[in-house]
Amino acid sequence: MAAGVATWMPFARAAAVGWLPLAQQTMPKPPVDKTSRSDEILFVNVSGLRFQTWKNTLDRYPDTLLGSSEKEFFYNEETQEYFFDRDPEMFRHILNFFRTGKLHYPRHECIQAFEEELAFYGIIPEIIGDCCMEEYRDRKKENQERLAEDTEAENAGDAPLPPDATLRDKLWRAFENPHTSTMALVFYYVTGFFIAVSVIANVVETVPCRPLKGSIKDLPCGEKFSVAFSCLDTACVLIFSCEYLMRLYAAPSRCDFARSVMSVIDVVAILPFYIGLIMPENEEVSGAFVTLRVFRVFRIFKFSRHSQGLRILGCTLQACASELGFLLFSLTMAVIIFATVMFYAEKGTKGTTFSSIPASFWYTIVTMTTLGYGDMVPDSIAGKIFGSICSLSGVLVIALPVPVIVSNFARIYHQNQRADKMRAQQKVRQARIRMAKKGATNAFLQHKEDGGLQGGDSDSTAFCVKNRSAFEHQHHHLLQCLEKTTNHEFTDEVTYSEVCMMDSMGFRTSRSTSLSSQQGATTTCCSRRAKRRAIRLANSTVSVSRGSVQELDTLHVTKTPVGTQYPQSRSSLNARTEDLKLNCTDYTAAIISIPTPPANSPDESLPNSPAIPGILRNSRSSIYNTQETVKISSL
Amino acid sequence: MQDGKVVDGSLLGDANGVEPGPGRVKESGKWQKPQFTHKALMNCCLIKWIITSRTTPDKDSSDSDLELSIVRHQPEGLDQLQVQTKFTKKELQSLYRGFKNECPSGLVDEETFKTIYSQFFPQGDATTYAHFLFNAFDMDRNGSIRFEDFVIGLSVLLRGSVTEKLNWAFNLYDINKDGYITKEEMLAIMKSIYDMMGRYTYPSVRDEAPSEHVDKFFQKMDRNRDGVVTIEEFIETCQKDENIMNSMQLFENVL
Repeated sequence: MAAGVATWMPFARAAAVGWLPLAQQTMPKPPVDKTSRSDEILFVNVSGLRFQTWKNTLDRYPDTLLGSSEKEFFYNEETQEYFFDRDPEMFRHILNFFRTGKLHYPRHECIQAFEEELAFYGIIPEIIGDCCMEEYRDRKKENQERLAEDTEAENAGDAPLPPDATLRDKLWRAFENPHTSTMALVFYYVTGFFIAVSVIANVVETVPCRPLKGSIKDLPCGEKFSVAFSCLDTACVLIFSCEYLMRLYAAPSRCDFARSVMSVIDVVAILPFYIGLIMPENEEVSGAFVTLRVFRVFRIFKFSRHSQGLRILGCTLQACASELGFLLFSLTMAVIIFATVMFYAEKGTKGTTFSSIPASFWYTIVTMTTLGYGDMVPDSIAGKIFGSICSLSGVLVIALPVPVIVSNFARIYHQNQRADKMRAQQKVRQARIRMAKKGATNAFLQHKEDGGLQGGDSDSTAFCVKNRSAFEHQHHHLLQCLEKTTNHEFTDEVTYSEVCMMDSMGFRTSRSTSLSSQQGATTTCCSRRAKRRAIRLANSTVSVSRGSVQELDTLHVTKTPVGTQYPQSRSSLNARTEDLKLNCTDYTAAIISIPTPPANSPDESLPNSPAIPGILRNSRSSIYNTQETVKISSL
Repeated sequence: MQDGKVVDGSLLGDANGVEPGPGRVKESGKWQKPQFTHKALMNCCLIKWIITSRTTPDKDSSDSDLELSIVRHQPEGLDQLQVQTKFTKKELQSLYRGFKNECPSGLVDEETFKTIYSQFFPQGDATTYAHFLFNAFDMDRNGSIRFEDFVIGLSVLLRGSVTEKLNWAFNLYDINKDGYITKEEMLAIMKSIYDMMGRYTYPSVRDEAPSEHVDKFFQKMDRNRDGVVTIEEFIETCQKDENIMNSMQLFENVL
């Protein structure tokens, strides 16, 4: 309910006494109000800033946090006040709303922060007073547009395609984002080149060339080299048609694509050619055919796919459609008025060029746009007077909508610039986010290494434990629980990709493995790795797992362990965690050993060991010292 | 020769319609060639009209400023009100804070009153009844309710004796305050009350319902069947009706 209703409720109830003598039935009992009715001053502490207000003030809006019993959740018994851990500056505005009934939007605050505060206190933004509503709406719209752009930039398709993308998806992606692959870029530039060639050919073919021998008249180049030009035209049209058909095929929604502006331009660009093909060589029709050639110039609009500026211009014109419409309308009105006046003013003059009102339109337009060709000039005094009024008003009428259009253009241009900047920064942002995430994972893995698993009382573990916050402890414990639940373990990217590469390579002993092939194999090898994992788990009878544990333990023991000795009686999962610290060779050892009988000694189960150090040297950072790798290969 | 009286910043002629300024002869003098002096220029109607149209808006706004600053009402002191009403000091303070917050000028006019009262009855149309209520509260009939009127009325309704409350109710029903409730007055009141119910009721309000209700009321109240209900008849009948007497206690603890 609205503002003062709570204040007037006692009055309305009291006035009900007027109905009592008229009542036809007995009145219901009034509600018993158990809370204290006397007005008291409440203390509200918002992040240290203490506010005081009457209880009645807050009770005015019972559907907000402060007006309902919800505020009791924030009541602090010791200090006898309501404590909110929120922004005290914003709270001022909230409290003013309770006091005055009007919500004002502080201009210097971020709109999202403001909305969050409103949401917290249970106030709907729609009740912002008229004085601030416009500002609020504008800022909100701006913010939403920006957010929409950001999400658009994120989903701009720069993310790698899912591995099961069909040819169609890939093709569409290549068309829409040419910078994603080299092929797309090549295609992009080639089409651009051919558009330019086609347009230039259209232009050049009308230039007069030196005439053929025996003729005097200058010939346009188009007729002199008609074969060459028609070949060029045909080639361009063929390329454009191919491009259009490919786009049509690749489009996820063909109907939408067919209706989009760009596809219409494409069609208009190539249609004249085909129409010319199917039309007969008729005399009267060929005139129309010549006119159709004019449409060839629309091929220049195909450049808008290549130029962002053109797109911005198009956007601006679209956004300013109403202003342009107004401009057009007012110009038309003025033109008609002035043309009529001029016609009648010049009617008396002999041999006047103002032969009719439509003829005067030309004069009016030329004058209003201050062109002043001078092919039509008023002679009479009245005509000259009205002519000057016409030119003055023309300047005004045209100058009025122009700033609106200009400001729209500026806004859209800045938006695009911002979008571009966002896209450029996006990569850096993503990289940083990835690093942060990796940091968290690495912290967990490091924690596992450092023996955080054992509730040990060894010195090293106590040292590590001290440096981790309670939050980290709990987080790590949570991750461990997940590991135990799924019977899998967390590892880091490098280990994983290496292992995958190992799998994909099988038992080949090529040393020259480049990183790119390693990465490239990741996609296909993951399925295989999963299969191996499955095999491992499926085959993991107790004996097998024990066997692998034995293997791993022996492997581990022969190395120089970093840190303390780990006891043998442990679940296989625990043992495996140590291996993570070791190179993934142990992993591969374990994995590779599964298909073979478990009794194999580690030595025999490492046929590809020579290959491993090479790979490891290539890819491994200096986290693991090479001493260890040598030791393994010697096994 | 006097200069033209300056009224409202423009030079208008005096009441006799004689144009001021030199260069013009009074009454039936010979026509003298008008001299192009400043005064003569001021006499030109066009100039006068331009000047008046420019300066009148300023005058109007200054007038309206003056008006606004007058419209503010300060209530009587707290002690006086305590004497006049049965509220405690704290209650009066609380009431005044709410009142002042809603009506910073200290007065409630009828339109505001209607808006406020209508908020409690969103389904129906409470404006007519609010009009009657307004008249009941506005005891000095000056078109606006001051805080004193408001608080005195509330005091009667919440803390008054049964007789006082019945008096107040009678005053409400008696629209023209002549001491008699006629059938027409009662019908108007009854219709306004039924209007507050709105359309969506169960069972739906028939058109005859208010008049039937009025007939029932008159049957009960009008002892001597003279077609009007006097204050004595009213109070006597109500005091005999147990329901009414019991219900008078209903709203006592509203504040």
